[in-house]
Amino acid sequence: MSFYLFLTLLLLSSGCYYLGRRRAFTVAGDHVRNLHSLPSYYGAYTALWCGLPALLVFAAWTALQPSIILELVTNALPPELRTLPPGRLDLVLNDIKNLVNGNIVSSAPDPAILAAADHYRNLQLIGNAALWIAVMSLAIAGAAHAWRAISPKLRARNRVEQVVNLFLVISSTIAIFTTVGIILSVLFESILFFGKVPISDFLLGLQWSPQTALRADQAGSSGAFGAVPLFAGTLLISGIAMLVAVPIGLMSALYLSEYATPKFRATAKPALEVLAGIPTVVYGFFAALTVAPLLRDIGTALGLQVASESALAAGLVMGIMIIPFVSSLSDDVINAVPQSMRDGSYALGATKSETIKRVLLPAALPGIVGSILLAVSRAIGETMIVVMAAGLSANLTANPLQAVTTVTVQIVTLLTGDQEFDSAKTLAAFALGMVLFVVTLILNIIALHVVRKYREQYE
Amino acid sequence: MSTTPLEINTPLDGATTSSRASGNPLSSTQITDYDHRQTVGKITVDNPKMTCRGVNVYYGAKQALKNVSLDIGANEVIAFIGPSGCGKSTFLRCLNRMNDTIPGCRVAGEIRLDQEDIYDRSLDVVQLRARVGMVFQKPNPFPKSIYENVAYGPRIHGMVQNKAELDALVIASLERAGLLKEVEKRLEEPGTGLSGGQQQRLCIARAIAVNPEVILMDEPCSALDPIATAKIEELIDELRENYTIVIVTHSMQQAARVSQRTAYFHLGDLIEIGETDQIFTNPRHKLTEDYITGRFG
Ligand SMILES: Nc1ncnc2c1ncn2[C@@H]1O[C@H](COP(=O)(O)OP(=O)(O)O)[C@@H](O)[C@H]1O
Ligand SMILES: [Mg+2]
Repeated sequence: MSFYLFLTLLLLSSGCYYLGRRRAFTVAGDHVRNLHSLPSYYGAYTALWCGLPALLVFAAWTALQPSIILELVTNALPPELRTLPPGRLDLVLNDIKNLVNGNIVSSAPDPAILAAADHYRNLQLIGNAALWIAVMSLAIAGAAHAWRAISPKLRARNRVEQVVNLFLVISSTIAIFTTVGIILSVLFESILFFGKVPISDFLLGLQWSPQTALRADQAGSSGAFGAVPLFAGTLLISGIAMLVAVPIGLMSALYLSEYATPKFRATAKPALEVLAGIPTVVYGFFAALTVAPLLRDIGTALGLQVASESALAAGLVMGIMIIPFVSSLSDDVINAVPQSMRDGSYALGATKSETIKRVLLPAALPGIVGSILLAVSRAIGETMIVVMAAGLSANLTANPLQAVTTVTVQIVTLLTGDQEFDSAKTLAAFALGMVLFVVTLILNIIALHVVRKYREQYE
Repeated sequence: MSTTPLEINTPLDGATTSSRASGNPLSSTQITDYDHRQTVGKITVDNPKMTCRGVNVYYGAKQALKNVSLDIGANEVIAFIGPSGCGKSTFLRCLNRMNDTIPGCRVAGEIRLDQEDIYDRSLDVVQLRARVGMVFQKPNPFPKSIYENVAYGPRIHGMVQNKAELDALVIASLERAGLLKEVEKRLEEPGTGLSGGQQQRLCIARAIAVNPEVILMDEPCSALDPIATAKIEELIDELRENYTIVIVTHSMQQAARVSQRTAYFHLGDLIEIGETDQIFTNPRHKLTEDYITGRFG
């Protein structure tokens, strides 16, 4: 129904494009030079006048109509139904809607409900007809307005530009508002959580066991929300990951930018970047099913106690995953060091490695630091590998051979399964998310700042 | 062959001949005796520092330098002139093997520094570049302090035993490059903060610091204003006492002012070489004359 209306509107407005263009030719007396703008701008101007206001009304109407109709239907219900408690009333209304849509209903329909469904259907028909009329007349009125306005002096080009501008502004604000919305919702939920659990317990507590009791007499309801083990686990795993990713990433960046032939670089660099494109769940089972058992076997052979889920396995695999973050960005910044710096160094008799050590790395250092910080925030936020390979037990340990858990993993476990939404357990996820968000935000800000500072140096 | 006496006549190799047969249309219309372009003038000197014989350079399949032979005398300033793209920079880079750093660049022929073949397998390129320093067209100080810029070479070559010696060497190099007075008070400030002319003299100081025997300069003044240029030219004149200097220049006045001998390159050929006075007052080759009188270039 509304799809056809939309299609009609689209056709109408593209028709207006041609009409507007023709009109422009006519008013110009076939001397296009007399026009302020190119004819196509007059076409676009007419099309926008035809389409935009109608579309706005269309959208608003579609959003409001169902609730208005529902309101009217409810008011027209017989008193015994209308005075039902809200939960029951909702069920009745649901039945009505299902009847209208031709779905199966929960029980044999009551005559009153059947009547209400008819009423609903009628209102819907009237509403849709009115919508068609309103939208079409608005479209035609808009087109007529534009048609009348077209004259050689009309600055159609600038008007169209304004509309385009508006669209762009709206698109970018959508992204910004979404971010703001996420931050606010996380913030409010965290505040709720800190109402139940003191913030000092959360940030400084050494015990994490978020099982709260559903009933007061339930056992095992310690409900300790000390997040330190989680942060320690995150730190441990990210640390291992960085120990893998930074040296390997940096050295492959150096190899790619300074030693490899351009042809090798052209194939090797995208190949390395593929590592970043592998879904993390694949890394996860690689870590859990291949790396972790391997580590345990090696550990057993060496007489070490290795847990079947260990921080080491997760960290190693995560390190592999973030190599491209380090290598690709570092390669770019090392490449951005002007060739004249290399030439200057070589001409003084420096070898390649001396040039790298004394000229390239110092010059590219800020960019490299930036790339490492970006990789760190990626490591901190990574979840899937850790869920699968490092386990869920919140041990407070620095031993990489034991199972640990991380902030992100706990967020997942807190929110999966059936939950009471306002329990401390659920809200704790938001508090964890908040802290995580703040940490990665700070890291990102530092990284961006450092990278920007680097850019200024050579431009 | 319309040209006059030849001191040396190295036969062209096969590759050269075939690449010329398919030569580009521009050269075949401009130049009539293209196939046997031989150098006019005396290529040898009495006490050569470097000798180059039959040097050919290719960038991939493209030949950039064709059978160039010349001597560079000790303690002389020799200028390379010629229109853009004629191979002056390419030839200059052969002299300290900077062409090695360009992928796809191949050098054939013989170049000797004090009788020693610099393309010999046993030769250490790093040592060669310490003996044959280079100054580039665009000043390229490292993004380090002025002091560190000059100390760079001595450090990597282990030329000094302690900080005091290094200090003395840095000061002496800056002094010889005529920059000391201007930067004495701010040795710790970044070299990139100096003016263009100062940066170029810093680069000269940096090259001098490793105590080279030859200094190659690729259009060292083309990014500088006339006053900075005059300072560098003055400096070149002073440096001649201790070093052999090869300078590529676009300015014929500059070549005339600073050099004793001049070599004129054209489309990869060394066309004419001789005393600078003779080249500028009485060129023997038609192409040289055309270039000098400003008919092209
Ligand atoms: N790195 C390079 N790769 C390919 N061709 C080059 C390269 N450098 C120079 N050439 C070519 O070699 C020729 C000589 O260049 P160059 O020595 O820079 O000339 P000049 O310094 O006299 O202006 C030119 O035709 C140029 O296009
Ligand atoms: Mg050049």
